[in-house]
Amino acid sequence: MKLLEINHLKKSFDDLHVLHDISMSVEEGEVVSIIGPSGSGKSTLLRCATMLETMNGGDLIYGGQAAVKDGVYADKEQLKKVKEFYGLVFQNFNLFPHYSVMKNLVDAPIHVQKRNKDEIHKEALQLLEDVGLADKANAYPCQLSGGQQQRVAIARALAMKPQMLFFDEPTSALDPELTTEVLKILRQLAEQNMTMVIVTHEIDFARAVSDRVIFMADGYIVEQGPPEEVLDNPQNPRTQAFLRKVQR
Amino acid sequence: MQYFVSVVQQIGHGISASLLLFVLTLVFSMPLGLLVCFGRMSKFRPLSAVAGFVISVLRGTPLMLQLVVVFFGPYYLLGIPVSNRWRFWAAIVGFSINYAAYFAEIYRSGIQSIPLGQYEAAEVLGYNKTQTFCKIIFPQMVKRVLPPVTNEIITLTKDTSLAFVLAYAEMFTLAKQVAAADASIAPLFVAGLFYYIFNYVVAFVMDFIERKLAYYQ
Ligand SMILES: Nc1ncnc2c1ncn2[C@@H]1O[C@H](COP(=O)(O)OP(=O)(O)OP(=O)(O)O)[C@@H](O)[C@H]1O
Ligand SMILES: [Mg+2]
Repeated sequence: MKLLEINHLKKSFDDLHVLHDISMSVEEGEVVSIIGPSGSGKSTLLRCATMLETMNGGDLIYGGQAAVKDGVYADKEQLKKVKEFYGLVFQNFNLFPHYSVMKNLVDAPIHVQKRNKDEIHKEALQLLEDVGLADKANAYPCQLSGGQQQRVAIARALAMKPQMLFFDEPTSALDPELTTEVLKILRQLAEQNMTMVIVTHEIDFARAVSDRVIFMADGYIVEQGPPEEVLDNPQNPRTQAFLRKVQR
Repeated sequence: MQYFVSVVQQIGHGISASLLLFVLTLVFSMPLGLLVCFGRMSKFRPLSAVAGFVISVLRGTPLMLQLVVVFFGPYYLLGIPVSNRWRFWAAIVGFSINYAAYFAEIYRSGIQSIPLGQYEAAEVLGYNKTQTFCKIIFPQMVKRVLPPVTNEIITLTKDTSLAFVLAYAEMFTLAKQVAAADASIAPLFVAGLFYYIFNYVVAFVMDFIERKLAYYQ
């Protein structure tokens, strides 16, 4: 089943056309990596997909429910429903600094989803366990390393029980050692069949976890396919040039 | 020592009057400042322009002049005779409006210093606008504005003496009268001592709150 479908997405900032005509879809359980040079529009694509940015044209459909149809946004109720489909993990975590780790996880499920509190707490503890931070439940974000903060951010997104997760360069703000621990969590999630769209510069990681790799340049999807094709045997000269550059 | 006690007795009424002016001004101006701040930050241009203009007038003219205008305004504009009770409320209103303007700008700088990522994280988690402000932005703003707000409060304790222009019998007014009657400078020192104690308490309380909020960042 298609969990996410994007058709002919267009996005510009004033005169600057950032995304020209992006069409892509993500199947349930699929892990998709997006790679491409800086400024190619990867973040903007993710931000349009998560409705942090308003798209100028095209469709955005989650699980068959349209959030945007031909550039026209659905009503508030519908958008609220659609938002339940996904979570987003930011490059710089964006944890709430005044909340403890636990409160970061449980606050939105309690006050936005209004689910049962005891259940939410139990699930949150399990999530912290899964990301290896059960002992940090009462710590504050400022007391954690970058890698730990990012793992909390992932747990916070998962606490909302989304059907899919977006990641925008989840390890770019981290030292190499800390990158490993975050990528390990992403691998775990992939093994559990979590649907994920990951913007990353970690080519080896993308090769290891992705079912599909999308290469973007200048606001277009230039090439996409299984990692062994796109990463190891790219057809498009731009993909080839990019991979040569990042792999030296 | 005996003289000290008698001075305190004579200006005691003024001490409580100053304290009342101080407390009521804070009670009204702090929330009012938030409203003005919302107006100033509104995306609705006419509203933010009006709020910006009002703030600039309140900050750009003397507080003393504003007090007099508030006091005589009802008489000159509406022909309502000024009463003694209005003297008290005119002082409260004048101070509150003036301080609200300063607080509004302090709040605004606090709100604007909060990273955009906090709003975006809240939005993706599904918080609505009110929840985002009350749960995420406001608490962080309070922590950030505490030092400038403390400054403002300390200034206010001293500014209460300006209420003398309305013949509002606050501490400094009475101290001056006693000093003149006794031909002694001591009452002025006593008044100064009380302002100092006032501010010592203010600084203590604000420091306590600051330490309470020091659990993060
Ligand atoms: N809010 C904005 N206003 C104006 N231009 C923007 C805005 N956000 C992004 N852009 C522009 O859009 C283009 C694509 O930016 P985007 O951040 O999507 O690239 P990216 O592929 O994520 O790059 P990177 O790998 O550096 O993160 C850039 O030219 C950028 O300057
Ligand atoms: Mg980016």
